[in-house]
Amino acid sequence: MSKYKMHVLVCGGTGCISSESEKIVKNIQECLIQHKLEEEVQVVQTGCFGFCEKGPIVKVLPDNTFYVQVKPDDAIEIVEEHIVKGRKVDRLLYKDPGSKKAIEDSKHMDFYKKQMRIALRNCGFVNPNNIEEYIARNGYYALGKVLTEMTPEQVIDEIKKSGLRGRGGGGFPTGLKWEFSRKSKSDKKYVVCNADEGDPGAFMDRSILEGDPHSIVEAMAICGYAIGADEGKVYIRAEYPLAIQRLQKAMNDAEEYGFLGDHILGTDFSFHIEIRYGAGAFVCGEETALIHSMEGERGEPTIKPPFPSESGFWGKPTNVNNVETFANIPIILLKGADWFRKIGTKKSPGTKVFALAGKINNVGLIEVPMGTTLREVIFDIGGGIKDGKKFKAVQTGGPSGGCLTEKDLDTPIDFDTLVEKGSMMGSGGMIVMDEDDCMPSVAKFYLEFTEEESCGKCTPCRIGTKRLSELLKKITSGQGTEAHLQELRRLSVVIKETALCGLGQTAPNPVLSTLNNFEEEYIAHVKDHQCPAGQCTALLQYKIDPETCVGCTVCARVCPVNAITGERKKPHSIDQKICIKCGSCYDRCPTHAIEKR
Amino acid sequence: MSKIKSFEELKQLRKKVLTHMDIREKGDHIEELVEVRVAMATCGIAAGAREVMNIFVNKIADQGLNNIVVTQTDCMGYCYAEPTVEVRVPGKEPVVFGKVDEEKIQKIIDQYIKKGELLDGVIPMTHKEMED
Repeated sequence: MSKYKMHVLVCGGTGCISSESEKIVKNIQECLIQHKLEEEVQVVQTGCFGFCEKGPIVKVLPDNTFYVQVKPDDAIEIVEEHIVKGRKVDRLLYKDPGSKKAIEDSKHMDFYKKQMRIALRNCGFVNPNNIEEYIARNGYYALGKVLTEMTPEQVIDEIKKSGLRGRGGGGFPTGLKWEFSRKSKSDKKYVVCNADEGDPGAFMDRSILEGDPHSIVEAMAICGYAIGADEGKVYIRAEYPLAIQRLQKAMNDAEEYGFLGDHILGTDFSFHIEIRYGAGAFVCGEETALIHSMEGERGEPTIKPPFPSESGFWGKPTNVNNVETFANIPIILLKGADWFRKIGTKKSPGTKVFALAGKINNVGLIEVPMGTTLREVIFDIGGGIKDGKKFKAVQTGGPSGGCLTEKDLDTPIDFDTLVEKGSMMGSGGMIVMDEDDCMPSVAKFYLEFTEEESCGKCTPCRIGTKRLSELLKKITSGQGTEAHLQELRRLSVVIKETALCGLGQTAPNPVLSTLNNFEEEYIAHVKDHQCPAGQCTALLQYKIDPETCVGCTVCARVCPVNAITGERKKPHSIDQKICIKCGSCYDRCPTHAIEKR
Repeated sequence: MSKIKSFEELKQLRKKVLTHMDIREKGDHIEELVEVRVAMATCGIAAGAREVMNIFVNKIADQGLNNIVVTQTDCMGYCYAEPTVEVRVPGKEPVVFGKVDEEKIQKIIDQYIKKGELLDGVIPMTHKEMED
């Protein structure tokens, strides 16, 4: 038993740090010293708690008190009231959005109730900079067990039996990949961790590296032993400075403790890891492009086969796995494949981490068993749609995925069901859209992204995505025709069939899935030149309802182009030829007499 | 830190550092544990609540009682009997003990927590909690 009686955990994820969580740590520590409690209460900076919507998070243990949106100045109150006098600080507790009652214990929060944390098991629980806390959580135990009690074949067998599939998006069976790499004959092999997280809105890999870097170090060493490699590389984007810093610290500590380096734990197995930085190109998440980038070449994909497991980094067999996939490895080997198989669905065992973003109440990082429905994720854990608006769609799989609608809400989520529904798992980004979002504009946003991220090597992707985004620009600016819709479909299919790599092959997905699910919205844009969601400025018309208008003249005064005329106390009107659709009148009208259509 | 040279050494180190996380692991499944809540308002602290808490923590550690967790709460209103502690055994009504000192702490652990016997100095609960 440690001498500490209480632990105060402060979130040290990138999100909470930008809301001054480091200052909170400092203030709490100073305040504890003033009260001579520094020997009794331990303050720990952890990784991400996932509840980013309400960060910074401070959690007091053992009573599990969960404080949200804490400011540096609140530190004094937390120490003087809660820690000294045992009185919880009511105003900082999380309030249940339904009952408005304060919830003292994080276990009673809907956000955490339905979650199951495997990949995120240590995030928000351990200090990522302290290797001993990781060891206390059975860290490096799996590595020890593997090196002393299992053959490489047994390790691969266990991973195969677990049914673990690649969490980067493809869903390829991890054990099988390891087996291919093991069977490739070579004097040198590599283990690569793909930390080039590029989907807009996805941040699980960053959070795992920031919150539990040792699990990745351990898993890579295990993989090295299994496939017969003595070198590992982590390919990470340079925009993730905190993740890089914590991973580097973890690697240094692991080496000092003897979990990396030569003769690990007194065995003949040696393994070294090095970090390689990426410049943040989306295509470098594709494994062949990633390998070329690591070699100092342009980040461009090449045709597979040969697969990296035969010929990868410097032409040697290379096993590439994603961060979240690696995070699952140690615990599978500790608890066994049978334990893992019991979680999730038959074809997709285990859990998946999702990054919730968009028009959802609880923006954050969650982990649920595969097979959980979208409704549970969005409404129970995510707390539903912001401002009581109506749910319209959710984009899964980022720019490579598609959107799912109301009718798909009760579909259990796993790799295969999402593909059946015309989307994909991707890395687990979920962007939620409400009734105010215009679907052609959403498709345009994603196509502008892929157009910019296309490496330019193959024509279908380089020119095709440009043409698609041009067509969408026409449609959303009121210059679209019905022929454009046919062209969108035709071109999308051609790109899907002919592009070189995953980026191009999946780039038309947002177009096709929005076209399939919201065709009437596209037709409204091209036929009636209207945007039903009221988002496409070029298609909007502002009109004053003469019944409701009281003639206060506010609109006429705020209009920057003098398009509004009318006498005092009489209904006003807007000259559509002059109106630039800036919306100033709409925002200011005290009687809501102005309609946007 | 010298390098760990075998799986056995890792197991030894794990045993040693396990206690670092004790409070967090306990907090993770607190509803299954016996919770000892020490009243830590000004009156309680003046009457020695902090010492009571320290003694509890040390005794539990010395005897290796992993099913007990010590937390704190604010004034329970029994100022005449401070220091007071409330003991919550899972599945049972909470019991409040008054005028707690080292001797009584031993009795609370040995008789009430281990055997379920009540002892002198129990304060009858005079209030209901809001959520009940």
